[in-house]
Amino acid sequence: MKTLSRIYTVLVFAFLYAPIIVLIVFSFNLSSSTIVFDGFSLQWYKALIKDGNTLRALYNTIILAVSSSIIATILGTSAAVGIEKYKKSAFRSTIIGVTNVPMMNPEIVTGISMMLLFVFIGRALRIESVLGFGTLLIAHVTFNLPYVILTVLPKLRQTDKNLSEAALDLGCTPLASFFKVVLPSIMPAIITGLIMAFTLSLDDFIISYFTSGPGFQTLPIAIFSMTKKRIKPDMYALSALIFVSILVLLILYNSIQIKSEKKPDKE
Amino acid sequence: MEQNVIIELKNISVAFGDNQVLKDLNLSIRDKEFITLLGPSGCGKTTTLRIIAGFMHPDEGDVIFEGKKINSIPPHKRHVNTIFQRYALFPHLNVYENVAFGLRIKKMPEKQIKEKVEEMLSIVNLKGFNKRSINSLSGGQQQRVAIARALAVDPKVLLLDEPLGALDLKLRKDMQVELKNIQQRLGITFIYVTHDQEEALSMSDTVVVMDGGVIQQIGTPIDIYNEPKNAFVADFIGESNIIDGIMREDYSVDFSGNNFKCLDSGFAKNEAVDVVVRPEDVDIVSPEKGMLTGIVTSVTFKGVHFEIIVDIKGFKWMIQTTDFHPEGVEIGLFIEPDAIHIMKKSEYSGMFGDYSSFSEEFDELSVLDEEAE
Repeated sequence: MKTLSRIYTVLVFAFLYAPIIVLIVFSFNLSSSTIVFDGFSLQWYKALIKDGNTLRALYNTIILAVSSSIIATILGTSAAVGIEKYKKSAFRSTIIGVTNVPMMNPEIVTGISMMLLFVFIGRALRIESVLGFGTLLIAHVTFNLPYVILTVLPKLRQTDKNLSEAALDLGCTPLASFFKVVLPSIMPAIITGLIMAFTLSLDDFIISYFTSGPGFQTLPIAIFSMTKKRIKPDMYALSALIFVSILVLLILYNSIQIKSEKKPDKE
Repeated sequence: MEQNVIIELKNISVAFGDNQVLKDLNLSIRDKEFITLLGPSGCGKTTTLRIIAGFMHPDEGDVIFEGKKINSIPPHKRHVNTIFQRYALFPHLNVYENVAFGLRIKKMPEKQIKEKVEEMLSIVNLKGFNKRSINSLSGGQQQRVAIARALAVDPKVLLLDEPLGALDLKLRKDMQVELKNIQQRLGITFIYVTHDQEEALSMSDTVVVMDGGVIQQIGTPIDIYNEPKNAFVADFIGESNIIDGIMREDYSVDFSGNNFKCLDSGFAKNEAVDVVVRPEDVDIVSPEKGMLTGIVTSVTFKGVHFEIIVDIKGFKWMIQTTDFHPEGVEIGLFIEPDAIHIMKKSEYSGMFGDYSSFSEEFDELSVLDEEAE
């Protein structure tokens, strides 16, 4: 039984990670063959660095992910605080339901509807080529928002209601009590929401595809447009780099969490 | 007496929807006194405390602090501080920073803050705990930090909401003594909320017994225990046998088919009354010498004494005695005039004071219920 379960575990991990391992291995291939490994080389990484277009797209993606996740986190946290204040449960669950719609909605529907809205407004305001960084940012903030609300809200519900009362009691104004007491106690959830929003934004293709213009391309869109031609191994190199950086981010985040959980009993 | 009233509640009423939590409550609290609001859960005692702190606003009535109406003053501008039931310490700050919190809000210079925090920590016996994180402390230590934090800002009145509820019995007793000491040393008014009658009696200068949003009785612990106003107070404070009686004339009452001398007067002739006899005030004698006789139906060993239930003409009495009397034996009861307390009939008459349904289990269940809230 034990060996069986071990084999099963190995199989699961193999299926999960085999594609990525293959990708990483072939990103170091000497030739551009996808079948034969001709020898180790860093040439595709060199090619990648020289490729201005791809780097430009990578830079765009990161700028977009950082700004949209920060905006979504600020808006989402404020929204969660507001929702938590409502005592009437019917009204509250309606609000939560409405904010969750963008998450449930198929991305393609969100993408097309947003494009339509942006173009419509653009026409109305007589702006040429309205699609670009601005529209992408709005779209990314929109689909990130419910994830932030959804991570912050439970934490907010968990925190002791008396905490903010205790701060008021000791002379804090209501605003100061929020920043000095409530915010620090929900910070872990806010950071989780931020990281989630960041990776979602980094990852998004469908919505970005519809809401971006020729002037501002994100990495997933740039790669997709390359697939119309033959894909070169420098894309393997890029994917490998992204995978490794996400992995590092994840490990870093987890170790921070473990550390903060351990902290109480350490002293 | 009037001059040193620090807080006055006038005609306070509060309702949550259809639920009337406080009904026309009037209460004066004197400066430097230790006053306890005592009652079962849902009696409105915590609501009263939250109104004084400013976390809740009464639907009707006024809150007066040192002669000034403070109804519309927000909590952070009131000179009262609260110790919450679950302490509400700030988990992201260490002990020192928790205690310093209110002082930093006041923008006190760092040097003074340090002195004040050290002073407060030594008052609550937590010297050297400065750098400890809140989560590493035991319940009793957290309790002390909460006290130090509230006292650091020099409140005129300290509000305590069942502060010892989460501690175990032994620690609770120690903290009772300590709280009383702190109160006397610093000369601060304490308004203490509890459902534990023993705690209320042993700590307070004044006890306010509440039920159903109404004050049932205000008095010193001795008054409340010896001269309860109605069956609710008699039953809630300690154990009581409450028997229907008829006042024949001043100093003479009939109950359980017998006439007794008592010390009470001022009732109408032949007025129906509630008679209270505390279980520890009954002497057990031989059946022939007894004013009343009955059969022992159960015996429970309580350590200091035995608690026995005696059936007298269908009414079950509780009696505490240091002598053992086995079940089924007939005994006589002797009741001195000063052991009898007469109360006017009230809405609570007939609801309490009969031990026929008494069992240990019921007691424990009701304690659990209260803790669950």
